[in-house]
Amino acid sequence: MATITLKGLAHSYLVHPKNPQDYAIQALDHVWKQGGAYALLGPSGCGKSTLLNIISGLISPSEGEVLFDQQVVNALTPQQRNIAQVFQFPVVYDAMTVAENLAFPLKNIKMPKTQIKDKVREIADLLELTDSLDKKAKNLSADQKQKVSMARGLVREDVSAILFDEPLTVIDPNLKWKLRRKLKQIHEQLNITMLYVTHDQLEAATFADEIALMYQGKIVQFGSPQELFERPNHTFVGYFIGSPGMNFIPVEKSDNGGVCFRNIHLHINEPQQAALQNNHSTNLKLGIRPEFVALSEKPEPNSFVASVLSVQHLGSYQLVMVDFAGLEIQVRVAEKMQFSGAKVYLGFPSQWLKLYVDEYLLGEPALEKNNKNIHDIEADTKGPQT
Amino acid sequence: MNKVPNNKAWWLVLPMFLLVAFSAIIPLMTVVNYSLQDIFDQNTAYFVGVEWYQEVLRDTRLHDSLLRQFGFSFSVLLIEIPLGIAVALMMPTRGWQASAVLILLALPLLIPWNVVGTIWQVFARGDIGLFGWTLNNLGVDYNYTSNPLDAWLTVLLMDVWHWTSLVALLCYSGLRAIPDAYYQAAKIDRASRWAVFRYIQLPRLKNVLVIGVLLRFMDSFMIYTEPFVLTGGGPGNSTTFLSQTLTQMAIGQFDIGPAAAFSLVYFLIVLVVSWLFFTTITHMEKSDRGIKYDK
Repeated sequence: MATITLKGLAHSYLVHPKNPQDYAIQALDHVWKQGGAYALLGPSGCGKSTLLNIISGLISPSEGEVLFDQQVVNALTPQQRNIAQVFQFPVVYDAMTVAENLAFPLKNIKMPKTQIKDKVREIADLLELTDSLDKKAKNLSADQKQKVSMARGLVREDVSAILFDEPLTVIDPNLKWKLRRKLKQIHEQLNITMLYVTHDQLEAATFADEIALMYQGKIVQFGSPQELFERPNHTFVGYFIGSPGMNFIPVEKSDNGGVCFRNIHLHINEPQQAALQNNHSTNLKLGIRPEFVALSEKPEPNSFVASVLSVQHLGSYQLVMVDFAGLEIQVRVAEKMQFSGAKVYLGFPSQWLKLYVDEYLLGEPALEKNNKNIHDIEADTKGPQT
Repeated sequence: MNKVPNNKAWWLVLPMFLLVAFSAIIPLMTVVNYSLQDIFDQNTAYFVGVEWYQEVLRDTRLHDSLLRQFGFSFSVLLIEIPLGIAVALMMPTRGWQASAVLILLALPLLIPWNVVGTIWQVFARGDIGLFGWTLNNLGVDYNYTSNPLDAWLTVLLMDVWHWTSLVALLCYSGLRAIPDAYYQAAKIDRASRWAVFRYIQLPRLKNVLVIGVLLRFMDSFMIYTEPFVLTGGGPGNSTTFLSQTLTQMAIGQFDIGPAAAFSLVYFLIVLVVSWLFFTTITHMEKSDRGIKYDK
C-alpha cells in the first residue's frame, strides 16, 4: 500500500529522442494517493499504458522518478515493487489449472498452503470462478481467461497498488458491468490504490473517484467526473468527455472588450474579459456543451438565429445539429420537444460558456484543489506518518 | 443425387503404393524372409522358424553391445537435453549477437559424421591433438586408444559436441514462440527465475522437447560412424555399439540369417522405446500434481 508519486517523468521509446513528438510521456508530475480509485482516461496512443508500465516497473522511464511513499523505486524490478497488474489481453499460465493460476502469486511469496487455499477460494467466489477451479486454464473461453488474469491481480492483499490496463476489453457488455461493480466493491473492502486505464469515459466514471485525462503524453486534467464534464481544462477534455463532445466557436477579440464570431457579438463574463485583456493570442475559442445550449422556437433576449440541419432521435434525448452563421453546433434537447420549422434560436448561458486561449481554459475562478502543486500534496501525505 | 461407382479411381493410388512398396515394404519383407530361413544358395533354403531369433536373443556379444548402447543413448539424452535447454535459455534474442550465435550453433550440424570422427580422432590424440595433449599435460592420464573408459567418454563427448546444437536450436525456437506478455505477467506475479522456467517456459517447450528427445534417442541408438572412425569399436569391444555388431555379423561373418533376425529386433527396440518416450512426455501433464478443490 503506497502513495505513488511521479516526478518529472518522461519516456521515449527511441534511444535518442529529438523533439517532443518522440516522447510517449512528457514531463509529468502527479500524485496517486494511497487508497484512491483512479482512472487514467485517454484515446489510444496517448501514453496511458506506457505510464502504467512505468509505475509497475515493466518499463524504466527515460527521465524522472517514480516514488512509492517516500522511496524512489526506479531501480526496483516489478517483483520488488510488489505491485499487481492486469493486462488488456488475458494472460493465463496454460499448463496450470485455474486454481493453480490463482495460487501462483501466493506461492511465489511463500504463503502457507492452507492460507493459499482459503484465499484462492475467496477470490474465485468473488469472481464466480469456483466451478472452473479444477479446469485447465487453456481450455477456458476468452472472458473466463480474463477473469483468471484479474483474479491473479486481486489475490494478493499486501500489494502497493493494483493496475488495470483496459481489463474489460475482451469481456462482453453484460459481464463488463458486473465486473466493474465487483472491482468497485473490492476497492471499498481492501483500501488498495487502484489505477484503471481505459479509453471509455463511462467505464472511467463508474470505477473512479477521480479521473486523470491524458492527451499526447500529458495529464491535461485531473478531477472528478463532474469537474471534467462541467469545467474542461483543455479543449481536448471538452471534446473527449461527453457524448457528443463540447461545441467550440472560434472567436476574435472585439473592440469593446468582448468577443465576436463572424461579426456576431457574443457576451462573455467579467473574469473572462479580464483574462483576455492582457492576452495577445489569436487562438481564442468559446466552448459550450450540447446539453447547455438553450434552444427555442421564439426569439429570446440574447439569443441568436440558427437553422436546423438534422435531428437524431436517440431514445432518451434528441440531438439537433444546427447551422449557426456557417458553423455546425450540436444541441442536446429533451425527446418530447417538437420542432415545427427549420428556424430556431440559440442561447449560450454565461455560466456554461467557457473561454479557451491557446486550447487552455482561462477566466474561471480557480478551484481550491487544482491550485495545490505537487509539493503541497506530498506534504499532506507525509504529514500523518512523521 | 446418385453416386456413380467408379472403382477405376483406385488406380490413382498405384504410384504411391509402388513407391512405398519399393522403399519400405519389399526391403523389410526381404529381411523378414532371411530371418526365417537358412539360405545356402539361390536354390537351397530351409525354413527354420524362429531359430535365428532364439540364437540372437541368447548371444552374449549382442547382450553386451545392447547394454553399452542403452548406456550410451541415455547418457546422450541426460547430457544433451538439459544442456541444450540451458544453451537456448542463455542465447541472445536480438541484434547481431543472436544471428552470430545461431550460425555458430548450426555449424556442427553441417559436418558429416565421419568428418566429426576424424576431427576428434586427431583432436583427442595425446601427441599431436590439442585436446589430448592438454589433458595429458594437466596430469590427466588420457588415452582413448588404450583405455576403454576414455574411448567411451570420447565418443560421448563427440556426440554432445555434434548434436547439442540441435536440441538448443529446437528449444530456442520454442522459447521465441512465448509472447512477452507471459514474462511480464510472471514478473508482476513475483515469480522467481526458476518459477518462470518451471511454469512458463518448460510447459511451452514440451512439444519441441518431444521432437528433440526422439531424434536424439533414435540417432544415438544407431550410432556407427564416429566410434568406427575413432577406434574401430575398440579398445576391445568398449565402443562397439549395436549397429557395428550388426554390420560385423552381416558383412564380416556373412551370417545373413541371424543378422536379419537381429535387424528386426533392433528395429522393434527403437520403435518401442520411442513410443515409450512419446507417450510418457505427452501424458505427463494429465497426471499433474496440484491442490484439489471440491465444489
